[in-house]
Amino acid sequence: MLDKMIIGRYVPANSLMHKMDPRAKLLLVFLFVCVVFLANNVVSYGLLAVFTILLISLSKIPLRYLYNGLKPIFFLIVFTFLLHILFTKEGELLFEYGWFEIYEGGLIQGFFISIRFTLLILVTSLLTLTTSPISITDGMEELLGPLKKWKMPVHELALMMSIALRFIPTLMEETEKIMKAQTARGVDFSSGPIKDRVKSIVPLLVPLFVSSFKRAEELATAMESRGYRGGEGRTKYRQLNWKTSDSLLMVSIGVLTVMLFLLRS
Amino acid sequence: MRITLDDVEYRYQVNTPFEHLALHDVNISMEPGTYTAIIGHTGSGKSTLLQHLNALLKPTKGRVFIGDRTIEAGRKEKALRPIRQKVGIVFQFPEHQLFDETVEKDICFGPMNFGVSEIDAKKMARKAIAQVGLNEEVLEKSPFDLSGGQMRRVAIAGVLAMEPEVLVLDEPTAGLDPRGRKEIMDMFYDLHKARGISTILVTHSMEDAAKYADDIIIMHKGTVFKKGTPQEIFSEPEQLMELGLDVPDTVRFQLKLQKELGVRFDHPCLNIGDLAIEIDKAMKRGNR
Repeated sequence: MLDKMIIGRYVPANSLMHKMDPRAKLLLVFLFVCVVFLANNVVSYGLLAVFTILLISLSKIPLRYLYNGLKPIFFLIVFTFLLHILFTKEGELLFEYGWFEIYEGGLIQGFFISIRFTLLILVTSLLTLTTSPISITDGMEELLGPLKKWKMPVHELALMMSIALRFIPTLMEETEKIMKAQTARGVDFSSGPIKDRVKSIVPLLVPLFVSSFKRAEELATAMESRGYRGGEGRTKYRQLNWKTSDSLLMVSIGVLTVMLFLLRS
Repeated sequence: MRITLDDVEYRYQVNTPFEHLALHDVNISMEPGTYTAIIGHTGSGKSTLLQHLNALLKPTKGRVFIGDRTIEAGRKEKALRPIRQKVGIVFQFPEHQLFDETVEKDICFGPMNFGVSEIDAKKMARKAIAQVGLNEEVLEKSPFDLSGGQMRRVAIAGVLAMEPEVLVLDEPTAGLDPRGRKEIMDMFYDLHKARGISTILVTHSMEDAAKYADDIIIMHKGTVFKKGTPQEIFSEPEQLMELGLDVPDTVRFQLKLQKELGVRFDHPCLNIGDLAIEIDKAMKRGNR
């Protein structure tokens, strides 16, 4: 189950999306997240979908893989869809059974929100799928650079982020290992009554916390013994360079925004 | 309980860019009451193999027979708990699985999952803690207040308390000092002898394999490279060394004598006493 999660995972490949400057990709995702909310009719959502599909096709990430990665989140999508159907009471009444009523507005809203949700997840996972965690943090640090003037601990924030990203797979692996060890001791994580399943989280979480704290301490020691003393005066081995294709990417999201403004109702 | 793997293949993360073949064409059988060692490099597939022994992993091809149960590729299996009770696995660094407030509760966790009553589980815990060579006083302590070596023993006790028929050990002594290693390995061997528990040991240590095992299985690149008794396995030490695997010191010494002095031996010696006798024989024969 866990190895199907694609959130936060990097798939090395040699595609156009992989070669983009991380700053460009970060900006793209940020802007995309903002403009998604502009869409409010079929045409504008269609435009967003086309844009997303284009991005995916530039990334060479196998579609089936993306689909598998979305599976764990389907539940959330379906859940929000249902909420909208149940609680949005706008437009024409389409179906009625006792207290249960479906309105046209609810159906449409639910449908749009699910699409919005899917697109957001796809685009953000595309960022992490095509950008190594280190590049993401480098890009982040550069983008937030100006904030240093106002005493924002930009380097520290970037470091925290890279550590967090770096340890997602490790934590997943650890979770799986402990799950296996406890399964071998008779715990059933995947079936049985809810009460038992909730209880079975304890033998999983306690060891995870213990090992995470231990790991954090070891990491701090290792960093200090290698002379880490913050970002002050630190030079970079990996230089970021902004290319024409990155500018084009920015232009494309600009065009998308303008078109959304024109097409929304 | 007999465990047999029939033409087993296992792929990780099928249908993703990370798909990778971890095991293929594995045909082995572990007879009841025997001590089997599985040896191989990191990445040779031994840990994957081991997880098939109690159905933690299901083969992507082939079949696994565990006692009277059959685990087959592509078939949904229910009620795997009885298998897990009969086949106990001590994972690498088992102390990472400790979680409960007291050592006693942690050891009782396994048996109680398998439906043993609390009173019986506590009895089992007492027995298990003695088996791993710890004092009963430890039972009241928090597992996180113990030393590394003690934690390891408590975790092992947690598996022993399940009273499995087959005990699978994944490098149970990794990271222990030499004395701790020997004590723990001897303890497992005594259990094997006294209670007839089938034991499967996954290890890097050829010394341990040669000393304790009835059968040795050598894994290489995801499949069985060689299997046989220690005598058979170590009769061609050079083959193992080519794979980059170690051979016991005594065998290496024999090899050296053979190369440099031309002394011939009838069979590989797996302990010093045997080696001394064989050297003596060879000298008397005078075939130098």
